[in-house]
Amino acid sequence: MEYELAIVGAGPAGLSASIEAAKAGVKVAVIDENAKPGGQLFKQIHKFFGSKEHRAGVRGIDIGAQLLNEAKDSGVDILLNTTVWGIFDNVLAVHSSNKIQRLEAQRILIATGASENTLAFPGWTLPGVLGAGAAQTMVNLHRVAIGDRVLMVGSGNVGLIVSYQLMQAGAEVVAVVEFLPQIGGYWVHASKITRLGIPILTSHTIKEVTGDGKVEVATVGKVDSNYQIVSGTERNFDVDAVCIAVGLSPAAELAWMCGCEFMYIPELGGHVPVYNEDMETTVPGVYVAGDVAGVEEAATAMIDGAIAGLAAAESLGYLDHNEYEDLKRGKRVSREVFELSRFRFRRMAKERFANKEGRLKQWSKT
Amino acid sequence: MRIIDHPILGRIEPERTIRIEVDGKMIEALEGEPIAAALVANSMRLFRFTKKYNEPRGIFCAIGRCTDCVMVVNGIPNTRTCVTQVEEGMKIETQYGSGSIR
Amino acid sequence: MVENLASSGVISKEELSRLPGVPSQERLKKGPVAVIECAEQIPCNPCETACPKGAIQVGEDINSLPVLDEAKCTGCGLCIPACPGLAIFVVDVTFSETEALLQIPHEFLPLPQKGGIVNCLDREGKVVSLGKIIKVVNPKSYDRTPVVTVAIPKEFAQDIRAITQGEENGNDSYLRKER
Repeated sequence: MEYELAIVGAGPAGLSASIEAAKAGVKVAVIDENAKPGGQLFKQIHKFFGSKEHRAGVRGIDIGAQLLNEAKDSGVDILLNTTVWGIFDNVLAVHSSNKIQRLEAQRILIATGASENTLAFPGWTLPGVLGAGAAQTMVNLHRVAIGDRVLMVGSGNVGLIVSYQLMQAGAEVVAVVEFLPQIGGYWVHASKITRLGIPILTSHTIKEVTGDGKVEVATVGKVDSNYQIVSGTERNFDVDAVCIAVGLSPAAELAWMCGCEFMYIPELGGHVPVYNEDMETTVPGVYVAGDVAGVEEAATAMIDGAIAGLAAAESLGYLDHNEYEDLKRGKRVSREVFELSRFRFRRMAKERFANKEGRLKQWSKT
Repeated sequence: MRIIDHPILGRIEPERTIRIEVDGKMIEALEGEPIAAALVANSMRLFRFTKKYNEPRGIFCAIGRCTDCVMVVNGIPNTRTCVTQVEEGMKIETQYGSGSIR
Repeated sequence: MVENLASSGVISKEELSRLPGVPSQERLKKGPVAVIECAEQIPCNPCETACPKGAIQVGEDINSLPVLDEAKCTGCGLCIPACPGLAIFVVDVTFSETEALLQIPHEFLPLPQKGGIVNCLDREGKVVSLGKIIKVVNPKSYDRTPVVTVAIPKEFAQDIRAITQGEENGNDSYLRKER
């Protein structure tokens, strides 16, 4: 198989990139190991934030469907149930239906997203302890209940949103436990669940989970300023599930494999592949976009994916350079709103890339 | 338990039900769903026991990355049940340790 | 500073009174009006676009807190389903001598019925009173965010922000069925 642009991952970043590239005339394939495309979008049943151009007010599931249709209409080949298990120069090694094949591409975009972090505590391996994203998958995608009474660990947007969605699916969330003294996610997401009676216990952590072959009791304790559990503050909750929402890390194995340089930036989720304002890594012809390049959100994934698609198209000769620069600037301006106020740290974190030596172009001021 | 109605997702569209065998017991599954979903829908959450300490495990990441959910499927051990679709007559067994290929 | 909100998810009365989206006492006494309980600068502006009277202003920097023009606001409630944070309500304290009308977003099953009696919860999720369902609207344009109008005791008009019938969660919920 031969394509001009191969995109690994059919989430918001990958699909957005494919649309821009295909519209410019590039022969594009999007490859995804799942049976259904859309990445995390098809579990996001809530309305998104942002402005109209970011599709604000539209539910994630519908944004996913919109992107998918646009990609198909633009003539993008979408290969599902296909795992890219290696990248060797310009060859992607893919595995599908028990067959191993080569896919040659002139440009590659790695848009593989991020994986949930985990938290180890006594009892964390019991059936019934699962990631918050895992709970979201089971409940929203597969429509099965993961428990009747759930404890949520972590008050970032994932923890808050999944708590709300568990309530919508008929479960009872007994509490949200947050290590830090303040809530991690949006305050409106927090208020949506506190007014339903779900307490958010800041400065608390999970001590242990016990049960006979499954989750039965979760023990939570208050932490002091050194983040140690204060003896005597322990509380037990009778639950049958404990969800862990303690952050995401880029799923960047393919980028490691093909030799991209990385930087450790905790604010973006850990080790992130270094990229420039064209979303290109230190390996020529290899781009990254979406959570794999730094955990942010769907809106930024879509914008960065679009830039990567345009950049690939320009480098393949399908877009005039000045036209590309104009389009890119427009996209970066619309992205800026997600790097202000409480998100200023994202822009500051990325400016560290500019200090990287090598052939990376400096990040220019927008 | 299945979430048959939902304020955002609506009612489940009637899917074809198929039968799969889990540790000798026949249960109902919906066409197109992963094995793990069928098990959880039937209130089965214990999928395997670990090799060294014989500890119970079930689903954890639910998207095929952590391998906590593996079971023996049609004789093949270490099959990730959260990303493997059910098939009529499929034979699924609790895995003990790393299993063996028969 | 909104310390209480940041550490508990519950905004205090004092913090609320300082928000530009919350109307004055005088305006509240005149009739139905939107109450926008949006206290954090996040990139978001669908409320501005949703208002047919131009009564909500976010502006070019979409991180700005929405500002309510209480003179322009008629309390029509179109902003309620538009807010992704479900942070907008409409309050009418002039409904009767003893009751106020509250319009809230309610994305749960079973959807309450007109005439039904529900539990009314404050921002901490405490049941403070019962309420009577006056109207439930759920048109396609609301994209699955029904808006429920409930009659509540007037003294709780600035406290009640959620309802429950007690059937939404628990073993007997018709949401789920043993298979």
